[in-house]
Amino acid sequence: MNIFQSLGQSTLKALAKLGRSSLFFISLLMALGYVLKRPNLLIKQLYNVGVLTFWLICISGLFVGMVLGLQGVYTLSTFGAESSLGIMVAASLVRELGPVVSALLFAGRAGSALTAEIGLMKATEQLSGMEMMAIDPLKYIIAPRFFAGLISLPLLAALFSAIGIIGGHLAGVELLNVDAGAYWSQMQSSIDFYDDIINGVIKSIIFAWLVSWIALFEGYDALPTSAGISRATTRTVVNSAFAILLFDFLLTALMFGAN
Amino acid sequence: MISIRNLTFSHGNRKIFDNISLDIMPHKITAIMGPSGTGKTTLLKLIGGQIKPDSGTILIDQENVHALSRSKLFTLRKKMGMLFQSGALLTDMSVYDNIAFPIREHTKLPESMIRTLVLMKLNAVGLRGARNLMPSELSGGMARRVAMARALALDPNMIMYDEPFTGQDPISLGVLVKLIQTLNQTLGLTSIVVSHDVQETAEIADYIYLLSEGKIAGQGTPEELSHSESAWVQQFMQAKADGPVPFHYPANDFTTDLLANN
Repeated sequence: MNIFQSLGQSTLKALAKLGRSSLFFISLLMALGYVLKRPNLLIKQLYNVGVLTFWLICISGLFVGMVLGLQGVYTLSTFGAESSLGIMVAASLVRELGPVVSALLFAGRAGSALTAEIGLMKATEQLSGMEMMAIDPLKYIIAPRFFAGLISLPLLAALFSAIGIIGGHLAGVELLNVDAGAYWSQMQSSIDFYDDIINGVIKSIIFAWLVSWIALFEGYDALPTSAGISRATTRTVVNSAFAILLFDFLLTALMFGAN
Repeated sequence: MISIRNLTFSHGNRKIFDNISLDIMPHKITAIMGPSGTGKTTLLKLIGGQIKPDSGTILIDQENVHALSRSKLFTLRKKMGMLFQSGALLTDMSVYDNIAFPIREHTKLPESMIRTLVLMKLNAVGLRGARNLMPSELSGGMARRVAMARALALDPNMIMYDEPFTGQDPISLGVLVKLIQTLNQTLGLTSIVVSHDVQETAEIADYIYLLSEGKIAGQGTPEELSHSESAWVQQFMQAKADGPVPFHYPANDFTTDLLANN
């Protein structure tokens, strides 16, 4: 009996949370007009969410690209196909690693910070205080952060891929003497703008939506205590990672699975 | 000005208010007092329309708070100031910007006029010199005075104080008591003070409601309450350790309890 009770209870809880978060998302969308009218709020958050994640993305992108270069040469050379290194590096970055790894890093850096910030604002009654001043915190505080996340992550993912490709060049061409002409020309002829790049961008937009939504909702829904905020921050990182990887699989199956 | 009728509100299975009715007179200081956990802050949130009651109505100037649309509710809130226990100052803005914030959001006044208004409000709470400080640099008492200035920024008709005296040193306490009283008199505000600090509150309140276990346990002017015949009211007003509210949390007999271990 107890097992069924707790099973039912946790299902109901999860459904209720899903409902609350959907309503939350709808009210964020409704706040788009407000955010467009107040570009200053958005710009400030673009800095907080996007610019502050810049170096993390650059450095990680460089190293991921370099590792891809090294591993790529190692594997491809067994088939004598080192000249295809450019395609391998670029395709894996643009299609998968760029969107996925930058979204995971973004969830760790910006997502957790957003959850903690909103949770703490809730705990210190700043959100209630705003409501009592007749200012809607959903519009003033939360919506600008959401749209800033939605804009930043796709740009950061593009940057990650671009720097990763340079990293691949450094490791493969400069270090392991793959032919530079082959690296770039094969990449240029094989990477398709729509199939590879646009699909990667679509992925990163969807990840941006997931991470920003999860992070802000967890903060907004957090229990306003120190334990509550710490749990909410953990949930943001864990749930974002799950959501990113799950959606990555679904999107990859949809985009590339058919051929 | 505010009339609360048959208000019932529960949190989970616990009934916080059980069919209470009370009136708050215009231009007076009304105190809502009671032991911790009796839902005094909840009452303020209900009045401010932040949470909905299970049943009953709250009328402010003949308007039913919980039947208003969101935009009408926001218009009503511009006439209410609220002082939160923590101050609820926005931590990423200076004292000056915190007070300018509601004015900037709700009016189209030029910056020069906003400056005059902000300085007037700050001067009223004695913190004009602290305008460039950040909230993290303020002491608890100062933060509450800044929050008070911010609550007055839009010239409300009424102001609600949530536990304004809790955790203050004697000097800040004296300042806050005096401020609440002066502001009420000079601005003709309707003030609601939620508190469990008997002395300070009795000093300034025109009328007191005592809440306990979801009911109104006593009401009247401070004078009337101090002569109340109810043993509970006497215990609360005179801060006696034992009385109708027992010192001991319900437990079985001490001797039996001690010996039970063997």
